[in-house]
Amino acid sequence: MVELSVNLGELKLKNPVLTASGTFGYGEEYADFVDLNRLGGFIVKGTTLEPREGNDYPRMAETPSGMLNAVGLQNKGVDYFIEHIYPRICHYDTEVLVNVSGKCVEDYVKVCEKLAPLEKINAIEVNISCPNVKQGGMAYGTTCEGAAEVTSAVRKAWSRHLMVKLSPNVTSIADIARAVEDAGADSVSLINTLLGMAVDVERRRPYLSTVTGGLSGAAVKPVAVRMVWQVAKAVSIPVVGLGGIMNGSDALEFIMAGARAIEVGTANFIDPSVTMKIIDGITEFCDRQGVKDINELVGII
Amino acid sequence: MNSKKLMLDMTVTENTPLGSLYGLLKLVPTDGSPLPDIAAGQFVQVEVSDSKTTYLRRPISVNYVDYKENRLWLLIRKAGEGTRHLAAAEVGKVINVILPLGRGFGIDNISGKKVLLVGGGVGVAPLLYLGEKLKEKGITPDFLLGARSEKDLLQLDDFAKTGNVFTSTEDGSHGEKGLVTTNSAFDGAYDKIFCCGPMPMMKAVAAVARKKGVECEVSLENKMACGLGACLCCVEKKNDGHNVCVCTDGPVFNINELPW
Ligand SMILES: Cc1cc2nc3c(=O)[nH]c(=O)nc-3n(C[C@H](O)[C@H](O)[C@H](O)COP(=O)(O)OP(=O)(O)OC[C@H]3O[C@@H](n4cnc5c(N)ncnc54)[C@H](O)[C@@H]3O)c2cc1C
Ligand SMILES: Cc1cc2nc3c(=O)[nH]c(=O)nc-3n(C[C@H](O)[C@H](O)[C@H](O)COP(=O)(O)O)c2cc1C
Ligand code: FES
Repeated sequence: MVELSVNLGELKLKNPVLTASGTFGYGEEYADFVDLNRLGGFIVKGTTLEPREGNDYPRMAETPSGMLNAVGLQNKGVDYFIEHIYPRICHYDTEVLVNVSGKCVEDYVKVCEKLAPLEKINAIEVNISCPNVKQGGMAYGTTCEGAAEVTSAVRKAWSRHLMVKLSPNVTSIADIARAVEDAGADSVSLINTLLGMAVDVERRRPYLSTVTGGLSGAAVKPVAVRMVWQVAKAVSIPVVGLGGIMNGSDALEFIMAGARAIEVGTANFIDPSVTMKIIDGITEFCDRQGVKDINELVGII
Repeated sequence: MNSKKLMLDMTVTENTPLGSLYGLLKLVPTDGSPLPDIAAGQFVQVEVSDSKTTYLRRPISVNYVDYKENRLWLLIRKAGEGTRHLAAAEVGKVINVILPLGRGFGIDNISGKKVLLVGGGVGVAPLLYLGEKLKEKGITPDFLLGARSEKDLLQLDDFAKTGNVFTSTEDGSHGEKGLVTTNSAFDGAYDKIFCCGPMPMMKAVAAVARKKGVECEVSLENKMACGLGACLCCVEKKNDGHNVCVCTDGPVFNINELPW
């Protein structure tokens, strides 16, 4: 049987399969369908300093092989997470990563300071790439200076694994990745959603209350694989790949393109047990092709 | 009640077209396993695997659960590609379903009460199973069913077996002419109204219930992605200003929770 464990720097994952922030709630929502302990880890919903109500309904529109969302980081804030949610999920035998968002650099730092005492949280994923909020979010992730500014500020407040999640809505994602690496990130994950839009022609208006939203799902996969490949060539820190992964073969595409681990997002909505099938699919492939260790496949392209 | 959620392959055992716009599907678990406890007002998330343009699952109300035959009934209105494919499913076809989902109608302390169930269009779907559950509690419900015209009134025989039926059609082809809110059923004295239908109808019924001081619950149909409370796409703003998920906190809400 293939060895599936991978290391993202100091962070050891039992397998490369994580779940993407905002698509897997706090893990619990999927407990009837998934053995959470079998996951490499799960990444919880974007967490901010203050509670956020998010954007107005409608927030979702289906598009060909994908969907647009404009949730806008609805969450109850980091204090609520620490008090009410963390105690319920800290016993799982898997890595729990918190996805951190903010509207200014100080927000990111304060959230990290509050998370620091939580022993179970070995890693955070800093979201500088949310297209659905007016302030912060993607604004930081679309320039090298902004991305580096958030990363170095968070680096000072957070000593454990620091993953930075990149936006695909840029001219050169490799440049942003390098800036984030130089500013002290331990890994990068990509991609967040692609900025998109859809119009309801019968009603002559956009489907989303915010007009534009983030595109995810199978439709974005080729773009995501290309970006992972470019970033993996550009940086020496581990790369986590995501965007449209629906099955084991999709996951292997990202791994071969340079991802040390992968995240599964929108696919969870269609098949809530898909992560288990992805782990099985990767295993089956490796056994069939005589791969002894998944790390052999990382970045072979 | 909080049944474990299941993802089940289900086989279509019957598909009855109801006019040109609707279809009634009856499904059994393909592996023969017994259906879980399902509350009235809960829904299922159905995969539409053979439609090129349908990527996400489609939320559909539980129309009825026939525990004797281990069959789940779904009443489908052809609204777009996904529901058109579902309504066209042939007997023997296997469809993947996640169930049971959401918070159903509040019928825990209903004994001895007089209850009116108001449905419009395909919104009548959850009311059949609700009527059955009320009957189990010794209540004979009154149904008030509204539609554009007679051909859009669905499952009238099934409703008549479960309780008393009032109807309203916009063109007067069946029952009283006009909207449900002007139906003489509302002259009766009720302790509770349950309502499911198009948004304007539910709002109008809620207004009548408020005026009469009758407790009222409505079932919402917000667009969903996950159906599990994970994506936060299906939110409705409650009157305390907070967004809640229709898929887990609803789809049924007491009108006092809503700002309308
Ligand atoms: C809790 C719940 C229970 C439901 N129960 C039933 C049921 O028992 N029977 C049934 O036929 N339908 C039911 N619906 C509505 C059904 O889910 C939608 O009609 C369906 O998702 C449309 O998919 P489609 O691919 O056919 O159409 P699409 O191509 O996606 O859309 C076609 C048209 O339908 C509209 N539409 C899409 N989604 C919804 C929605 N959620 N509510 C209302 N309009 C929508 C679109 O705006 C568009 O105008 C329910 C919805 C919810 C949320
Ligand atoms: C409904 C929804 C909510 C999301 N919320 C977040 C979030 O809070 N933080 C974040 O970093 N990414 C968020 N994302 C982006 C996903 O984590 C992921 O980057 C993106 O969906 C691409 O992967 P996928 O195609 O596998 O879904 C969200 C995506 C969706 C669909
Ligand atoms: S549909 Fe995803 S939270 Fe309700």
